Amino acid sequence: MDEALLRSLIPGVLAVLVRRGADFAAAEDAVQDALVEAVRGWPADRPRDAKGWLVTVAWRKFLDARRADSARRRREDLVDQEPAPGPAPAADDTLQLYFLCAHPALTPSSAVALTLRAVGGLTTRQIAQAYLVPEATMAQRISRAKRTLADKGISPARAKPEARGSFDRPGDVATVLRVLYLVFNEGYSGDIDLAAEAIRLTRQLATVIDHPEVAGLLALMLLHHARRAARTAPDGALVPLADQDRTQWDTGAIAEGVEILQAALARDRLGEFQAQAAIAALHADAPRAEETDWVQIVEWYDELAGLTDSPVVRLNRAVAVGEADGPRAGLAALAELDAGLPRHAAVAAYLHERDGDLTTAARLYAEAAHKAPNLAERDYLTRQAARLNTGR
Amino acid sequence: MAKYLLLKHYRGAPAPVNDVCMDQWTPEEISAHMQYMHDFAARLEKTGEFVDGQALAPEGTWVRYDGEGRPPVTDGPFAETKDLIAGWMVIDVDSHERAVELAGELSAAPGAGGKPIHEWLELRPFLAAPPTITE
Repeated sequence: MDEALLRSLIPGVLAVLVRRGADFAAAEDAVQDALVEAVRGWPADRPRDAKGWLVTVAWRKFLDARRADSARRRREDLVDQEPAPGPAPAADDTLQLYFLCAHPALTPSSAVALTLRAVGGLTTRQIAQAYLVPEATMAQRISRAKRTLADKGISPARAKPEARGSFDRPGDVATVLRVLYLVFNEGYSGDIDLAAEAIRLTRQLATVIDHPEVAGLLALMLLHHARRAARTAPDGALVPLADQDRTQWDTGAIAEGVEILQAALARDRLGEFQAQAAIAALHADAPRAEETDWVQIVEWYDELAGLTDSPVVRLNRAVAVGEADGPRAGLAALAELDAGLPRHAAVAAYLHERDGDLTTAARLYAEAAHKAPNLAERDYLTRQAARLNTGR
Repeated sequence: MAKYLLLKHYRGAPAPVNDVCMDQWTPEEISAHMQYMHDFAARLEKTGEFVDGQALAPEGTWVRYDGEGRPPVTDGPFAETKDLIAGWMVIDVDSHERAVELAGELSAAPGAGGKPIHEWLELRPFLAAPPTITE
């Protein structure tokens, strides 16, 4: 059974239940139950109309749960005849689900978990494994997110886009993009491939909303995903961009990413994801690290700095200046930034090494390793310090 | 989405405000303390932030490799060991501020006289997975 196909049907199925009057939390549970049944039964007996089957089973699950619920509460005034599905187009329903799951009333971790479950169709257990927390904790995080939405009276119909272009209002596509970016960028590499899942969800989003930043994020993901095989050595060590074996890059993903990006940029509504993707595309264009067009990359970092006040952007700009105009220029750019920024010492170490000051570089690499936020970076920086300290 | 370890020390942390050894509390005060810890963990489960919590026996054994074909050498416990871990809790939270807030609540567990201990807890971030997008 094609699991990706099955999961691509979920937003549509969920939308039908909500349209028929089920509240979001109950509908979402019912769809999960139907999925479990599909995974169990379909290998032997696959229905011809997969979506129709899921809708029927999910609706039955929803009614069963409501009956059990009402029996518990000794209420018998619920009407459970099946209303006819309304005429709303499926694309709009799918979009509303994205907005709902990324609603600004939710914390980032809740929005991520709810998106993966309600839009992505992952099970609670899979999401828990992906983020290395107990299943009970993830289950609570998801039901709490649903409760938050219910308590504030936020339903798919009320999560509609209303203020495109401004940030952090309900229905702002930027909130959805931030959630998908988090899924792509900050996951562990367990059994669930979160990066591939983020790409799938962003691709699906791009089919229901025409927005250059959605395209920009999709391009950004594809261009970085293309380097995946080259990013780690066989022993798991981090391989920096300049040292990667570029023959291992996925040229198909690069070509697709570049094409999507060019179409987005042609619309002349630049945003931060398009600018980041443009930088990734310039790296992808260079057959060897020495052929990288750093002058253009600096220009894109200038654009990006105008769009976001992220300290990461300013640090990376200093690295790019160091490559374009020499390490002294890079150090001068770095001197304008707060030395307390994360990874400041790592950038300073690199620029000092390029400038020939190996003693300072070794000291800064060791300092950067001490402050590294993850194991892979710490090991990489420790090795850099060791390489300089032992003269190799 | 970041994991933190809250470390509780038998020894090695700065002195708490309500600095009375547990064996000097009343049995009810001990029960109240245990209930607070239990409720705290249960509440974190409900908010979807709980990962793990364990208590450790105060005495352990030091072990080291002693060469090919030889059994490991054991020694200790050493009375002079400065740091003695009593237990931990692992949380998964959205921000460092939230981690500090929760550590503060845990440190308010009641001790002698039913008053908060104001115990010093050590808050240590986990080294996370590296991000995919770095440039």
